[in-house]
Amino acid sequence: MTRIDATFARLSAEGKKAFVAYIMAGDPDMATSLDVMRGLPAAGVDVIELGLPFTDPMADGPTIQLAGQRALEAGMTLEKTLEMVRAFREGDSDTPIVLMGYYNPIYARGVDRFLAEAQDAGIDGLIVVDLPPEEDAELCLPAQAAGLNFIRLATPTTDDKRLPKVLQNTSGFVYYVSITGITGAAAAQAADVAPEVARIKAQTDLPVIVGFGIRSPESAESIASVADGCVVGSAIVAELGAGKPPADVLAFVKSLADGAHSA
Amino acid sequence: MNDLANSFMTGPDEQGRFGIFGGRFVSETLMPLILELEEQYERAKTDDSFWAEMDFLWKHYVGRPSPLYFAERLTDRLGGAKVYMKRDELNHTGAHKINNVLGQIILARRMGKTRIIAETGAGQHGVATATVCAKFGLKCVVYMGAHDVERQAPNVFRMKLLGAEVVPVTSGRGTLKDAMNDALRDWVTNVRDTFYCIGTVAGPHPYPAMVRDFQSIIGKEAKEQMHEAEGRLPDTLIAAIGGGSNAMGLFYPFLDDKAVNIIGVEAGGKGVNAKMEHCASLTGGRPGVLHGNRTYLLQDEDGQILEGFSISAGLDYPGIGPEHAWLHEIGRAQYVSITDKEALEAFQLCCETEGIIPALEPSHALAHVMKIAPELPADHIICMNMCGRGDKDIFTVAKHLGVDMAGGEGRVMD
Repeated sequence: MTRIDATFARLSAEGKKAFVAYIMAGDPDMATSLDVMRGLPAAGVDVIELGLPFTDPMADGPTIQLAGQRALEAGMTLEKTLEMVRAFREGDSDTPIVLMGYYNPIYARGVDRFLAEAQDAGIDGLIVVDLPPEEDAELCLPAQAAGLNFIRLATPTTDDKRLPKVLQNTSGFVYYVSITGITGAAAAQAADVAPEVARIKAQTDLPVIVGFGIRSPESAESIASVADGCVVGSAIVAELGAGKPPADVLAFVKSLADGAHSA
Repeated sequence: MNDLANSFMTGPDEQGRFGIFGGRFVSETLMPLILELEEQYERAKTDDSFWAEMDFLWKHYVGRPSPLYFAERLTDRLGGAKVYMKRDELNHTGAHKINNVLGQIILARRMGKTRIIAETGAGQHGVATATVCAKFGLKCVVYMGAHDVERQAPNVFRMKLLGAEVVPVTSGRGTLKDAMNDALRDWVTNVRDTFYCIGTVAGPHPYPAMVRDFQSIIGKEAKEQMHEAEGRLPDTLIAAIGGGSNAMGLFYPFLDDKAVNIIGVEAGGKGVNAKMEHCASLTGGRPGVLHGNRTYLLQDEDGQILEGFSISAGLDYPGIGPEHAWLHEIGRAQYVSITDKEALEAFQLCCETEGIIPALEPSHALAHVMKIAPELPADHIICMNMCGRGDKDIFTVAKHLGVDMAGGEGRVMD
């Protein structure tokens, strides 16, 4: 059982929804980003999604892409991202960390070496946007064998015929992408999301968390109310991008977490 | 009949792989779309009416077959091998790009798609896509790096005249790879009505195979024409490579003719050096995953993608088609690089000796012909792919030769 599994079991027992927050590792620099990360659990974040910077984030909108560029310009790498996780783990051994990014930096490092280092650093799960089930042999299966969760995205284009394939090697939770589009784009509507979540839950016992297009405490609450929780990324990253100090960013994160938790 | 067990023409496999290269590295939102595309393409491929429509338009709209031309004065000047040019620059829109665009748009129409998106570097693929969309009355949106919009102004205006919307891409560094990122973002957002018309033999399966199949008309014709002209196969094929579609189109029908040497020419920019001022993915890169496929990429230690550098906007891409990566690894084709300076010299020589103003992309191929032809015997036949005409490049060339086009006083040749 990973920290992710334990956290969802606890939330479920408490009858609470999960709030997942995304930040980009090293944005705008490693020290600031570590400060924010350290403050996330106290702000009510149940699971941390840590973005791994990449030059070509094809599934992300401008907000996340610019965050990745800021991080890369400040010298962030996969190695330093792992270092950041180790530093976080010195003061927090419970909060699950999901590394989210694209395959090439992992492939460049070497899958086996990366998995050993990621686990050693205290990463619990992976979301790799450009690895669909068709490419499971690349990283998904080795990651599961190494004891890491591999969290898959399900989308509005994932029809009933395809859904079992998407769910087959997924663990930890299912990340439902509420819109067809990129991160930070159109707003998700709870009324549209609810039947989709039900459709997925009919085929899996895993928690279903909804992301993309959630930017306010109100939408966090309404989306979380029709799922097992929600993810906010771009709206948080935009605060950092606007140069807000970590304390202000964390206050915003707390308002989102409170929204999701009141669902 | 080809010996299937030893054939180089059976790829890709069911996973869309050529050896370890290729594949389907895309987000889940796009996965059902590319599976549908694969299914529809497989159906069209074996449908005679699909190819009948292609053949008709290739002949009456594009102007195929393109001539295979013996470059006699160039041959004399080089003093060695006999040089033939496959004249795909004579196609409607001035490059090989339209061969593939026609195929994809006919497929898009069969699939009921009403909106076409494309990425473009030099603008040739954008112009070809805008052209075919105009012909069929389809909405067309072309993503082009802001830097390329600036250096390829004539093509931008052409696309607009043809009714396309040209979106200058400023995300990332505003180059061809960023244009491809933005096209993918558009596709992921507009999944129902939109068809993504990729301009080269890259991207997720089935694009590399599909684009190759459409471009293979170049090699098929060249093979027949060479037979008519010389009664035999050429000894050496040479083509320029950015993503590699004109090269794959020429090479593919010859892959199992094992006596034929195959040479792909990458853009060496200022030289294939540690500073990465080039676009030679095979000679200066290593395997990685980008834009839906595994292939050779220009990247740093951390797997971050680097910007290529070339005088030619059409070769300015940090990757290469996965089938080329595979042909390189198994040694069926050889890949070399040519610098900006060498390409410019070839450009001028071609103008001067043959009365053909080549695009900067095939000027790279021609530069390699100039390198090897003098050392080869007179009965050695080289077939190079003149894949595009140079009208779009005259401003760039003038600038590099120090000619002020506005003043009109400069002298190009000395």
